[in-house]
Amino acid sequence: MEVNQYLEMFIDESKEHLQACSEHLLELEKNPQDLAIVGEIFRSAHTLKGMSATMGFEDLADLTHKMENVLDAIRNDKIKVTPEILDVVFESVDHLEEMVQDIASGGDGKRNVQATVEMLKRIESGDTEVNTVPVQMAASEQAATSIVSAERKLEYDDFEKTILHQSTEQGHMAYEISISLREDCLLKAARVFMVFEILEKNGDVIKSSPTVDKLEEEQFDSVFHVALISKETADDLQKMLLKVSEVEKVEVLAVDPSSFKEVKGEVISRDDESSLQPAIIESVPEQQTVPVAAEKKPAANNTKAHAPATSKTIRVNIERLDVLMNLFEELVIDRGRLLSIAAEVNHGELSETVERMSRTMGDLQNIILTMRMVPVETVFNRFPKMVRQLSRDLNKKINLDIIGAETELDRTVIDEIGDPLVHLIRNSLDHGVESPEVRRQKGKPEEGTVQLRAYHSGNYVFIEIEDDGAGINREKVLTKAISKGIVSKEAASSLSDKQVNELIMASGFSTADVISDISGRGVGLDVVKTTIESLGGNISIESTQDVGSIFSIQLPLTLSIISVMLVEIEKEIYAVPLSSIIETSIIRHSDILNAHNQKVIDFRGKVVPLIFLEEVFEVPRTESKDDEFHSVVIVRKGEKMAGLVVDSFIGQQEIVLKSLGNYLTNIFAISGATILGNGKVALIVDCNALM
Amino acid sequence: MTNAVEQAYVKVIVFQLADKEYAIPVSYVRGIEKLMHITRVPKTPRYVKGVINLRGVVTPIIDLRERFGLPVSENEETVRIIIIQLEDMEVGFVVDSANDVLDIESSSIEQQPEVVGSSEEDFISGVAKLDKRLLILLHLDKVLNPLG
Repeated sequence: MEVNQYLEMFIDESKEHLQACSEHLLELEKNPQDLAIVGEIFRSAHTLKGMSATMGFEDLADLTHKMENVLDAIRNDKIKVTPEILDVVFESVDHLEEMVQDIASGGDGKRNVQATVEMLKRIESGDTEVNTVPVQMAASEQAATSIVSAERKLEYDDFEKTILHQSTEQGHMAYEISISLREDCLLKAARVFMVFEILEKNGDVIKSSPTVDKLEEEQFDSVFHVALISKETADDLQKMLLKVSEVEKVEVLAVDPSSFKEVKGEVISRDDESSLQPAIIESVPEQQTVPVAAEKKPAANNTKAHAPATSKTIRVNIERLDVLMNLFEELVIDRGRLLSIAAEVNHGELSETVERMSRTMGDLQNIILTMRMVPVETVFNRFPKMVRQLSRDLNKKINLDIIGAETELDRTVIDEIGDPLVHLIRNSLDHGVESPEVRRQKGKPEEGTVQLRAYHSGNYVFIEIEDDGAGINREKVLTKAISKGIVSKEAASSLSDKQVNELIMASGFSTADVISDISGRGVGLDVVKTTIESLGGNISIESTQDVGSIFSIQLPLTLSIISVMLVEIEKEIYAVPLSSIIETSIIRHSDILNAHNQKVIDFRGKVVPLIFLEEVFEVPRTESKDDEFHSVVIVRKGEKMAGLVVDSFIGQQEIVLKSLGNYLTNIFAISGATILGNGKVALIVDCNALM
Repeated sequence: MTNAVEQAYVKVIVFQLADKEYAIPVSYVRGIEKLMHITRVPKTPRYVKGVINLRGVVTPIIDLRERFGLPVSENEETVRIIIIQLEDMEVGFVVDSANDVLDIESSSIEQQPEVVGSSEEDFISGVAKLDKRLLILLHLDKVLNPLG
């Protein structure tokens, strides 16, 4: 099938739509009256349904369809928004996300969602039972109008009429469009989809007959009718719709919403023609607009403003950017050569040109680097829903504040940072923020706040998670740490508060008395710490008891460019990442001590083991070296330290990280390579593997 | 039948190792480079000479003499690195010299009989006779795998 080539796009777009769904659902939860938000959710769900049906993921389409029914009922005021209903819709979105995830990882997107489907159905039908009276009224009204208006193909309920009124007040036109497909049309649903796409681009579809579902299931002959609010003229709409192939005839009629009032008043005496004026209508503001509609007005404006806000972007495979970067680096090396040639021949014009080229290349480098940057929003946007769910599970009231979601980070960092953040936020919700009762006793507001902040500073991006919860209990942490053998009793009393805080990230530590589902299932914060350190970052904790804690993560802007210390062993050059270096030092041979077959030094009161890189890397020596002094790079991995013995230090440099390719994998203590200014390859030492 | 004629030829790159000539189909060859600085990678098999900077891509280099257990070459002048690509791996082979690009008739290729012998023979997929030359076709999969 040709479908495959669209799969990636489908997955990306589905994710976007689902994200939009969750965001709007959260918004709806805050303003349950705002039906415009329901409209937004409905639209996302609708598109998703169309896409998944086209791609042949029936389970996905089916669940979306059920969810859409409920949304439609809400939108048409048949169901009131309640937290219970939202829970079910949230659950459906969760299921949909799982399905898309499954498809993305090569699955077929099948999933047992029977329970959710049942609930959706119950909401949809259960509520109609409660609301039988208005529905019947609407039905009888429809019946009445249909007698009168033979010309007009669509009937409207109160809500739709109000919308029509309001849009004409705002200078939009209301149209009724009849579309006839050719008798021999094979893909009716596809044509319907195309027609709706055009209509939705140019306005808002209010109603269709038969209903959208039936249209999509091809349960109609060849003609269908749509009510549309649009700013386009009838002629333009007609022309646009006729562009869709296999559409035979399009009739566009302007509708005068003010005529509806008469429908209500005196049904029988109404004149058909008066409601169908194919000209511009000056409608008088209606007096009887219901309060719901009054609220709807600004919201409708909002959605209009949102629609065209899509920025002009293209999707580029990240591999292409890597290739671009590689080629650019080649240029950098050549520039180096040119510079030295220009200096040698002492040619003014040449030097000037090379100088100018250097400046342009600096700009170019910046652009290439920023192209790889992605806003942290892509990671952050899944948290509101998670926090909502968790605070329900925990019976806590928690508000999540997100600041600086637009902060940009390298794509590779973004991909890695998600899980550690989930862990930290769960930790804050579970262990940080107290239950409402406890908070009341402490004189805090019942609702706890967790703030997620991201910002740039220098060459780093900081991500902070702050809660106004209980903070870290020094005594509790120390008792635990002693019982787990992480610190000795004697050492415990001398630890600073900061050191105590860091203990919760030591491996084998977990303060939760009961292992809960939310955090602390064996893997602790130590995993978070290791992940962040492997990204060249850092994590620190500040905490005041009963006031709250701040977990602060410092991350490099990019993983593709790192700062290293270049060192030399015999003729070989190695790069040691600066992020793991504490300091460099030159020691006397006589300072080296022997402890259990291990050479160690006394470094600022600590016993630090020495690692001779020439032994680890089996560097061939032409003649044995007998120096009185040794150059040592002191590196650390968490709390552990080690001294790497090298021949000499060359200096600090920003380098571009490269992989060794697919042939050489898992080389001991080498994490990658880089290309030096002279065009030679230098290997990057993986300090973590050495310790 | 016309189709068969087209397929009757295989275009190969011919290179020298010690006193024998070897061949690799050009479809695998990405380029031929002069010997350049090779950075040694520690803790790898002897035949992995290290990595080079191939226009910004770090590319591993295998010394075919070492791989086939031949003595180290004396003459460095003619030494070439043949860059080959097999699936998603890009690797360079150090050879004594790259001699020729030839079309070999498929019919002139004899499959290597299954013999257990010196390690060199393990890497041979076939032999082609061409006038008075004998070309040894390499089994690239076996040359590259398993590592170690």
